[in-house]
Amino acid sequence: MENPTYDTAVVRSFVNWSILWGLVAILVGVLISFQMVNPDLNFAPYLTYGRLRPLHTNAGIYGWGIGSFMALYLYMVQRLCRASLWSPALAKVQLYLFNATIIAAAVTLLLGFQTSKEYHELEWPVDLMVAVLWVIFSVNIIMTIVKRREEQMYISLWFMLASLVGVAILFLVNAAAVPVSLFKSYSAYAGTNDANVQWWFGHNAVAMVLTAPPLAVFYYFLPKSTGVPIYSHRLSIVAFWSLIFMYLWTGAHHLLWTPVPDWVQTLAMAFSIMLIAPSWGSVFNGYLSMGGQWHQMKENYLVKFLILGITFYGLQTLQGPLQAVRSFSAFIHYTDWVPGHVHMGTLGWVSLVLFAAIYYLYPRLCDTEIHSIPLANLHFWLVLIGQLIYSVSMWIAGVLQASMWHAINPDGSLSFTFMDTVVRLYPYWWVRAFSGVLYLAGVLIFIYNLYMTARKGRASGAPAAQNA
Amino acid sequence: MWEKKPFLFLILATAAILVGTAITMILPFAWVNTEADRIASVKPYTPLEQEGRDVYVREGCNNCHTQTVRPLVAEVLRYGDYSKSGEFVYDRPFLWGSRRTGPDLARIGGKYPDAWHYKHMADPQSMVPKSNMPDYDFLSGARLDPDYSRRKMEVLGFPYTEDQIRALEGKTEMDAMVAYLQKLGSDIPWRQSAKTEVLGELVNPSPGASQAVAAGKTLYENNCSQCHGEDLQGDIGPALAGLGMSDSDLFRLLHDGIEDAGMPAFAALGSEKLWQLVNFLNYRKSP
Repeated sequence: MENPTYDTAVVRSFVNWSILWGLVAILVGVLISFQMVNPDLNFAPYLTYGRLRPLHTNAGIYGWGIGSFMALYLYMVQRLCRASLWSPALAKVQLYLFNATIIAAAVTLLLGFQTSKEYHELEWPVDLMVAVLWVIFSVNIIMTIVKRREEQMYISLWFMLASLVGVAILFLVNAAAVPVSLFKSYSAYAGTNDANVQWWFGHNAVAMVLTAPPLAVFYYFLPKSTGVPIYSHRLSIVAFWSLIFMYLWTGAHHLLWTPVPDWVQTLAMAFSIMLIAPSWGSVFNGYLSMGGQWHQMKENYLVKFLILGITFYGLQTLQGPLQAVRSFSAFIHYTDWVPGHVHMGTLGWVSLVLFAAIYYLYPRLCDTEIHSIPLANLHFWLVLIGQLIYSVSMWIAGVLQASMWHAINPDGSLSFTFMDTVVRLYPYWWVRAFSGVLYLAGVLIFIYNLYMTARKGRASGAPAAQNA
Repeated sequence: MWEKKPFLFLILATAAILVGTAITMILPFAWVNTEADRIASVKPYTPLEQEGRDVYVREGCNNCHTQTVRPLVAEVLRYGDYSKSGEFVYDRPFLWGSRRTGPDLARIGGKYPDAWHYKHMADPQSMVPKSNMPDYDFLSGARLDPDYSRRKMEVLGFPYTEDQIRALEGKTEMDAMVAYLQKLGSDIPWRQSAKTEVLGELVNPSPGASQAVAAGKTLYENNCSQCHGEDLQGDIGPALAGLGMSDSDLFRLLHDGIEDAGMPAFAALGSEKLWQLVNFLNYRKSP
């Protein structure tokens, strides 16, 4: 069967734009990490921590994360289905709308139009843009799968389809609000209900944006990079269904010890522990796929990114369930431990897998070879060390602050005032800011390497590859 | 079979997602915010307080401050009575937060006098020297819009009077913010029920001991000087030079505070530190 014509131009544009938004996320992240140690770096009213932190998370999760996943879904779906996109025109509309949405998000967040709900801060007009964008994206992917010429649906397509419906349901339910003006609305739910809906959304955004899509990418690009198939299709199927079934029960582990009904908290705790199994199902599938191929860790920089990525996924999905246990949550919740955890997932797992996928496809889109493998290796070490310093310093800071918060004198009074604990954290916050600069340096090298690759592709005079 | 049929697959995946959703997200609506949850003394926000709350949301204060006290020993000691579901029935959105870069604010209402908040919001470091909170001086330059406020109250379905709306004329976002902070956590009488009694005879363990006076000086600088002045000359609170109170009366005052005058209770410092403060205030060498 001869291969159809694949649409690659739109994939490349999505990659370029997602990297730009990723750079914005890191730059803002570095700025707010310095604001933590020096409040004079807040420039009111637009550039205060309270407005920049949502910009940091939105640019990271939606600009860099979703942007890259859109690129990779559009790339993978064509190859896995052996079919060109159902509608290349719609994909182009999607690209423009995606960037318009991210720009609208950035501007409105800085102007203070925000709902306060974590990872869902955008006000209702921007929410509408997101909804239209998601429908356009989903229809194109689903219709391409329906019209496919490959009979089987590979596991990556499953994760892709699940994330498309998952995000749609989560987003719509949590977005429910009553507008009072163009940029101000009140949540449709109140108090404890609002909290429970929000963290059902918040935690499953982690499932549907930061777990299912990178797993789709991992299951596609690991075999592509190593040249050997995935260890067990059956294991990936079991892991898939148990993952998407169990995840939705766990949101309230963000709300342990709050007024949310106890039985909801207990269910969340139990299902969080159970989630270790499907998560590690994918981790083992990855490791076992390397059987006889471990030498590639030395020879193939793509494999290095992917295997470290899945390793951080394994650590993340072990640490997360521990944090979901009531007694441990009582200790570390509300401290810096949690940002340490989150950044292992985003900087470690998700970003390492995305870097690998982009390194794999970018030269192919430009019909050339990667500009420099040594630079890619340097990029690898800088982001790895940057992320490790970030997470480890925040875990130590979290344990330190937690033990100071809970310390009680023999006469029953508290040993430390709140400010005593803040002052002790400043050195750790300096370390964190430094780790952010390291990560930023790694990403700048990544961008330079891709830019030189694109230039090489143009210089060789080849048109963008049609059959990469 | 279904692994070759994308639409069937989508339906199955959606069903898998909806089971946990129905049980842990939809079902709790049957319990939460029902009559059983309500607390009679918890009232909706006034127009001024709601404006303050909207500023709190706009500025993303929830990125650094939580608003739920957990039922844990140290937490109740530090902040006050643990939070009840019924206290949040008028909160749209909820503002519980997820990280305490700054302290929890669920029980901040009534802890400090208004004047403390005005100074602290405009220049946090003037009240809490090593704080990393940004200053929000610009709020005092922003006027409220009474008509917009009326519309908000209608959308929220909160009771309001035209007098309350008219009273917003000339008020600033800073006024609204302070009013909101003073409302937080004060709808239930937890301060009265959390009050600790000093039992037995109070005897200063080391009257005038130089170590106690020196330790008291440090405590004064960290806890008292922001309101009573670095040299006890007074500012928001009265001057403290030449108080003329007995050691035991002064201990009681520091322990209980004076609620009506805005003097916080410092019982949480513990008796050792309170005596050190008494020693500093009553036995320091006058300059």
